[in-house]
Amino acid sequence: MEERLRRTMMFVPGNNSGMVKDAGIYGADSIMFDLEDSVSMDQKDAARILVYEALQTQDYGNAELVVRVNGIDTPFFRSDVFAMVKAGIEVIRLPKVESAQMMKDLVSTIEEAEKKFGIKVGTTHVMAAIESARGVMKCLEIAESSDRMIGLALSAEDYTTDMKTHRYPDGAELEFARNMILHAARAAGIAAFDTVFTNMNDVEGFERETKHIHQLGFDGKSLVNPRQIDWVNKVFEPTKKEIENALDVEAAIEEAKSKGSGVISMNGQMVDRPVVLRAQRVMRLAKASHLINEEGEYIEE
Amino acid sequence: MGIKETALAGTLESSDIQITLSEGTGINIDLDSSVEALYGDQIKKVITDTLNKYGITDAKVKAVDKGALDCVVKARTMAVAQRALGTTDEPNWEVL
Repeated sequence: MEERLRRTMMFVPGNNSGMVKDAGIYGADSIMFDLEDSVSMDQKDAARILVYEALQTQDYGNAELVVRVNGIDTPFFRSDVFAMVKAGIEVIRLPKVESAQMMKDLVSTIEEAEKKFGIKVGTTHVMAAIESARGVMKCLEIAESSDRMIGLALSAEDYTTDMKTHRYPDGAELEFARNMILHAARAAGIAAFDTVFTNMNDVEGFERETKHIHQLGFDGKSLVNPRQIDWVNKVFEPTKKEIENALDVEAAIEEAKSKGSGVISMNGQMVDRPVVLRAQRVMRLAKASHLINEEGEYIEE
Repeated sequence: MGIKETALAGTLESSDIQITLSEGTGINIDLDSSVEALYGDQIKKVITDTLNKYGITDAKVKAVDKGALDCVVKARTMAVAQRALGTTDEPNWEVL
């Protein structure tokens, strides 16, 4: 899977023309147009066409474009997938996934659409939303269900209902699901997205939760409000020390390359692969946070 | 070709356009828009062209525009055309 930053995945209700039009201006790493829960039953057709037309004509910059289609057992699923594949969407997110078979069924519908519309088979990527106890228990097989998979996302509202609980401020009820999803995603080499935080008035709670999922190792978080984008990015911003260390690692790699040496050393110690990978991720985050300049130098405050 | 039933698509929210199709002869568009002087002809053209793609040449159109972009005008016209023709369940992929 292509390595890219996925700190923020912003939900955009698919039948709201104002929000669909403006979705690109907030700087979210991923934009997720929703054809499912935020669209009423009698507007599914209109939302599908609106998102389709917007994808054809609007400029969403470098954001990764994702669409959440209606569930595989709904009458809207097939037309949703066909329209989005034709529109050239990058990622299709399937809700309420509970087995690898569901992802395989999605992929076979996508493949059918790609062939129908003359799009190279394999172009459209997929991701799964995990929203139930069964989904959590099956998340490794779901994560490994297809080469097209880019990520797993936790959807906490449905999950906590399924678990006969609800969301608490400390998030203890989500700990097992978060860790299962994260481990499955990492084992499969794909991204892990944490759930939305819907109480816009509880800024402190949002920050606490974001710091927690950042510490666990999540790539990012699903968001319902563009205001939350900056808050998440702030938590994911690398420290000055981390950036300086990453710059040193990069310099050591360059030096090793120029000497034609396969062994990278820094301050007399060997730099191994995990250190290099971590440094590369820090550099991506630093660039996205505008903490280093074009030449790759740290920008002092 | 005319339509099968009266239909409506779109909302009266900002950046949207609400379009109603009913039986009529020829395409007659009654447009209500605060930007009609500047963009009225363009909005009517998008609506007419889109209806023609669905083979609709006879319909009365009522459009209430709230500052919709062309792509929104097109999307809402497509939605209302499919509804008026009763083809919502199997979209016309050639038109999309």
